[in-house]
Amino acid sequence: MNPPSIGNQAPIDPAAPKDFLLSVENLTVSFDGFKAVNDLSFYVDENEIRVIIGPNGAGKTTVLDLICGRTKATDGSIKFRGTELTKMKEHQIVHAGVGRKFQNPSIYEDLSVFENLELSFPRGRNVFGALAFRRDKEVIDRVEEIAEMIFLKDQLNTEAAILSHGQKQWLEIGMLLIQSPELLMLDEPVAGMSVSERVKTAELLNKIIQNHSVIVIEHDMKFVEDIAHRVTVLHQGKVLSEGSMDHVQHDPKVIEVYLGH
Amino acid sequence: MGIFSLYTRREWINLAILIAIIFVIMPLSMDIFRLNLVGKYLTYAFVAVGLVLCWGYGGILSLGQGIFFGLGGYCMAMFLKLEASSPENTTIQSTPGIPDFMDWNQLTELPWWWQPFNSLPLTLIAVLVVPTVFAYIIGVAMFKRRVGGVYFAIITQAFAAILTILIIGQQGYTGGVNGITDLRTLLGWDIRQDDAKFILYFVNGALLIGVLMIAQAVKISKFGRLLIAMRDKEDRVRFSGYDVANFKIFIFCLAAAFSAIGGAMFTLQVGFMSPSFVGIVPSIEMVIFAAVGGRLSLFGAVYGALIVNWAKTSFSETFPELWLFAMGGLFIAVVMAFPNGLAGIYRSYVDPLITRYWPSSAKSTPSPLKAPAE
Repeated sequence: MNPPSIGNQAPIDPAAPKDFLLSVENLTVSFDGFKAVNDLSFYVDENEIRVIIGPNGAGKTTVLDLICGRTKATDGSIKFRGTELTKMKEHQIVHAGVGRKFQNPSIYEDLSVFENLELSFPRGRNVFGALAFRRDKEVIDRVEEIAEMIFLKDQLNTEAAILSHGQKQWLEIGMLLIQSPELLMLDEPVAGMSVSERVKTAELLNKIIQNHSVIVIEHDMKFVEDIAHRVTVLHQGKVLSEGSMDHVQHDPKVIEVYLGH
Repeated sequence: MGIFSLYTRREWINLAILIAIIFVIMPLSMDIFRLNLVGKYLTYAFVAVGLVLCWGYGGILSLGQGIFFGLGGYCMAMFLKLEASSPENTTIQSTPGIPDFMDWNQLTELPWWWQPFNSLPLTLIAVLVVPTVFAYIIGVAMFKRRVGGVYFAIITQAFAAILTILIIGQQGYTGGVNGITDLRTLLGWDIRQDDAKFILYFVNGALLIGVLMIAQAVKISKFGRLLIAMRDKEDRVRFSGYDVANFKIFIFCLAAAFSAIGGAMFTLQVGFMSPSFVGIVPSIEMVIFAAVGGRLSLFGAVYGALIVNWAKTSFSETFPELWLFAMGGLFIAVVMAFPNGLAGIYRSYVDPLITRYWPSSAKSTPSPLKAPAE
């Protein structure tokens, strides 16, 4: 199997200092005065798996919403390879190379696995492109390649509605992979999965990061330990602690938030 | 990819059956009065076909398709009215050469926006362009702001009501509540004659088949699958890199253009156009045609339009006051018991029978992976 190719990249300015893939700085969003994310800053490197953890209501999902454009920031900046994302529309952010998986598997239930992946293939993304789109060999090969990665090679003609919960999660990850994003954002990818499915998902993520950076929100600490390079702990919209899993686990502030009161 | 890949073998047969019904069985079995009625019903099928794409596939419920049917019909009617209002025909008016209703309303000059309708080519362009541009404006205003679902449906209703009020209120310019009546000739060809009605019926049928094929081409393209995806998980489509609003605008405009063709053919075959085909009630009726036929079936839409209208005519001849209740009951029954309408019944009961007795006819459905890679 060929390694997944990286297409659809935002042009890299060679003069720009090549530092972080994603820099979030002083990000704030306020919903009627309630600051779900409050002056948040963090940075993600190339080919890094960053896990965001935190208690309920810490603003984890909101951070992903802000990065992918679903929620507009009140203040602050999100730079992806030097491009400011806060002013862009959702589909433009996708074109820039950011992919987002939702918390509940978000797939097209009435379509087959093949069609789900095909629709995510980055070609024919405007009205007339979609009308003229042909299912050629390039598309079929790429869909099969991704289907193999996400363990659904035998299910290509299956209607997505009848997949198991875990398979739906994989399918949505596959739909991101076929876009060849440089940054993948996964919101609780193993929620509701069986132990064996979780192991396979960890294996899948480890395969993915050879070519992508990944931000994962996860509650399952065992899973976090398996995959994380670095962990960011959010609490009340702010970074409480950041570093290796070992570091944050022993940080007294984290212990206080999770176990204290 | 050619025209042959447009339909599977089974679907080609369904198309052939429809063509046989429209072009052979109907004309042979009816007098011209009934055939003209069927022609009128078929003009609603244009709207229903558009609704299948827009509502059935795309999930965009428009309760204002009468707007576009009406605009198309009015454009056609304006041309025919101007031809019928030649100075020789209108010598008794105080201002000869303008439509009679303008004269009654003390207009002494043809308004500037009526001028283009002196020309048939400009009229035919207007039939398609005016409703499509109107749909585009509504589409941009709504979909770019992410207005959808029931809010969109209500707003389209409001537009239908506004347009009706406007047409009725501006009697001197539009003919008011009576509409544009007393249409006679198309480039000197008397459309009131039986043989003209006969020819118009066939023109209408041919246009309908053409529209069905265009709709099918959209349905089987990636655009068609995107419509289903948008109906299902709009956010997922957006976060797969598509500007969802543009796709909705396009399909809404396409449905509007289809409706407009139907409206223009209605005017030609029935001989008048009035606000009663624009407003809320006809717009809802048009949704019922699509629902009864099956909102996921393009052919079903045609049968839905035919059957509901036929029922309406025969029922309202006998029990005029009960028709609205019957219509409402029909709609509820279809939604509750047969959400996919007649086409759904066909698929679950008739199709398996055909497959059992004639298995080879189903084979040509190409599996996605074996599709030719041209």
